[in-house]
Amino acid sequence: MENHTEHTSHVHRDDEGDKMGMWLFIFTELLLFGMLFLIYAVYRYKNPVAFQLGGNELDVFMGTFNTVILLISSATVAMSISAIQKGNKKQALALLSVTLFIAVVFLVNKYFEWGAKIEYGLYPGGDALLELGHGTILFFGLYYVMSGIHALHILIGIGLFIYVITQIRKEKIHSTDYVWLENTGLYWHLVDLIWIFLFPLFYLIH
Amino acid sequence: MSQEKHHIVSYTTHGIVLAVLLLLTAASVAVTRLEMGPLNTLVAMLIAGAKAAVVLIWFMHLKFDNKLYTIFTVLVLVIFLLVMYVTFFDYSYR
Amino acid sequence: MSETTTSTKHVSFLEYQGKYKGILGWILSTDHKRVGLLYLYTMLVFFSLAAILGLLMKLQLIAPGYTIMGPQTYNAMFTVHGIIMIFIIVVPGLPAVFGNFFLPIMIGAKDVAFPKLNLASWWIYIIGILVVLSSQFIGGWPDTGWTFYAPYSFRTPANVLPALFGAFILGFSSILTGINFVVTIHRMRAPGMTWFKMPLFPWTLYATAWIQILATPVIGITLLLTVMERVLGVGIFDPALGGDPILYQHLFWIYSHPAVYIMILPGMGAISEILPVFSRKRIYGYKAIVLSSLAIAFVGYFVWGHHMFTSGMSGRALYAFSFLTFIVAIPSAIKVFNWVSTMYKGSLNLQTPFYWATSFIFVFMIGGLTGLVLGSLATNVHVHDTHFVVAHFHFIVFGGTGYAFMAALHYWFPKMFGRMYDATWANTGWVVFFAGFLTLYLPMFALGLQGMPRRYYDYLPEFHGGNIISSLGAILMIAGALIIIVNLVRSSRHGVKVSDKNPWGGKTLEWETDTPPTLENWDEIPTVSESPYEYK
Repeated sequence: MENHTEHTSHVHRDDEGDKMGMWLFIFTELLLFGMLFLIYAVYRYKNPVAFQLGGNELDVFMGTFNTVILLISSATVAMSISAIQKGNKKQALALLSVTLFIAVVFLVNKYFEWGAKIEYGLYPGGDALLELGHGTILFFGLYYVMSGIHALHILIGIGLFIYVITQIRKEKIHSTDYVWLENTGLYWHLVDLIWIFLFPLFYLIH
Repeated sequence: MSQEKHHIVSYTTHGIVLAVLLLLTAASVAVTRLEMGPLNTLVAMLIAGAKAAVVLIWFMHLKFDNKLYTIFTVLVLVIFLLVMYVTFFDYSYR
Repeated sequence: MSETTTSTKHVSFLEYQGKYKGILGWILSTDHKRVGLLYLYTMLVFFSLAAILGLLMKLQLIAPGYTIMGPQTYNAMFTVHGIIMIFIIVVPGLPAVFGNFFLPIMIGAKDVAFPKLNLASWWIYIIGILVVLSSQFIGGWPDTGWTFYAPYSFRTPANVLPALFGAFILGFSSILTGINFVVTIHRMRAPGMTWFKMPLFPWTLYATAWIQILATPVIGITLLLTVMERVLGVGIFDPALGGDPILYQHLFWIYSHPAVYIMILPGMGAISEILPVFSRKRIYGYKAIVLSSLAIAFVGYFVWGHHMFTSGMSGRALYAFSFLTFIVAIPSAIKVFNWVSTMYKGSLNLQTPFYWATSFIFVFMIGGLTGLVLGSLATNVHVHDTHFVVAHFHFIVFGGTGYAFMAALHYWFPKMFGRMYDATWANTGWVVFFAGFLTLYLPMFALGLQGMPRRYYDYLPEFHGGNIISSLGAILMIAGALIIIVNLVRSSRHGVKVSDKNPWGGKTLEWETDTPPTLENWDEIPTVSESPYEYK
């Protein structure tokens, strides 16, 4: 870290610093979700059976499908960075469009998944849920909160991708200045990282 | 400016990494069918940890970037796991 | 600040005319020095407000029974007093004011790494404050205490939501400042300034920034969950829905204990700057101070349970947390030895900042040692939730952070404003304040040991004597604070002009810039060759 950035009186540009800022932000996100995982761990430890029954209510196919497409989108955004580094604007745009599309599909799936549960009355304060035991209420409370906050991050990701795509179109992001794309990529991988743990903890309990 | 040499990761590498991640996902779903008791959770978490490591190392470029980020990441994970561990001093013995 | 091309040579940042004029030139300025002063002025306003609430509470307690307010008003008062003092004053505290102003200068940079984000932090801070205070106008004040313990925080009919949500927003401001400082320190140190040639105030800011980054999200999610629980009826901490309220306490203190170190570490850094200057001596054990700061930041993560000794945790958890609490006391004690050794055989220059710094050590030691009383399981059970605890944390948070803040303010004042305060009034203010502080808080230790609980508007007649002394102390302390504030505010406009770059004879980089600094601090980035405290 001993190399120092030059200072000119006009522009202070430090890509490495920008990236470091993004990493630090990712750490705050990790701790934020980490605490949700802590709550999950405590309650699952106290209510093992109820969590298992709750997990059985979730659709494994839907969960697996979302996991697979999210992993693919992570790969496409990583590839788009390689593309922009090589100066291949067209490929980068195509790869990012795929990512954006997948993000939307993920949310649509989530919508149907939540919709079906809510129709049953399986939502916080819902009649069907209140009839079930304490452990199940906790399970579904955590399910909605954790997948909900995760979905919120997907939504923010969609906004970021739209921004990055327009910036690439306008040549504001190009092969020598792409830290925005890199940071958006890091953010998206974080979203993926969280889902990698949410998936087995909610859908694959047996 | 800070245009240090950047490592460009090839599409092939990304493809291989994706394939590994998908295989691990498949494995994770498959082992759920086996009845192993509490081991099921452990295996699921180990696989998820492996997937997370792959994402961090290749997709998030920890392998190619400044080692500082790796140190930071490990430190953050250590702090998180210790917080978890210390919390269970309460719940495991209550 | 980079949008203008005109030469900014030797125009002080206070007079510099940017794109905007008047007040807009301040609230839209990305200059780290102006942002720092914006925080200072905001804090001055809200400190005054919360101090008045504190004084009103002490006046209520001057006699048993209803004196000037009833129980619900009293509950609201200690809640709002706590929320303002913790989330708006001491958590941003020294980093937001002196960190913003001096961190870039002390490491030889022109600004922080993300100047726009820095200004955004202040705006988020203001929005958070407005949301917190909006409760007064829509639905009344909260009554939960600043800790928002579950399940009361989602059962009480009082208006808790604005406070919860406001504290959540304030957290963002804190995180962004933390990110900014870590990147600034990693990327923007002047050539030659290796890690171990960096002054101690930036070092403590670095340790603090990491806590801000890694602990603040914990309170963020906890408050958010409480909001969801209150609004949507999601079952997380509510025992009626199977939740565990003690888990709320775990999460709350996983943030709020490290937050104590967010408050105190930069204060320790400021003291470590001031003592060598006024002792004309090299700081004793530079590396020990650095490493103990990092150790405090790290170990401080794992001691949160000592706030919950009587909550019903398992026995093993009690022992573990008590042990860890004693461990974390060690690095703090190391620092005290360093400071005292720095003064030993130095040629002391008895000026206002020195008085504040030495009184800091005094009150900090009382606060720290009574902390050990609270960290031991047996004594804790006896004094938990009594006035002993109130006295202890005021000695640390107000005595520690507050005194360090005043020391820093009197130390850096001439550099910040280009004017000197009236030393006689400053010293008078310090004497009155110090006397008032001790008269206010020392009797509380005794009251706590006798068994007077905290957070009640009323008490048994046998506690009357101690409370009279304490309340009189509060009046004296407020008088001292008034003298100090009036003197500083007046001097910032009409004080004697200082043109000397280095009025105290300090060795760190901020004393090599103009007084007050120019917009970009340096005509040329300095090169550093020796460590920061080389007094001959």
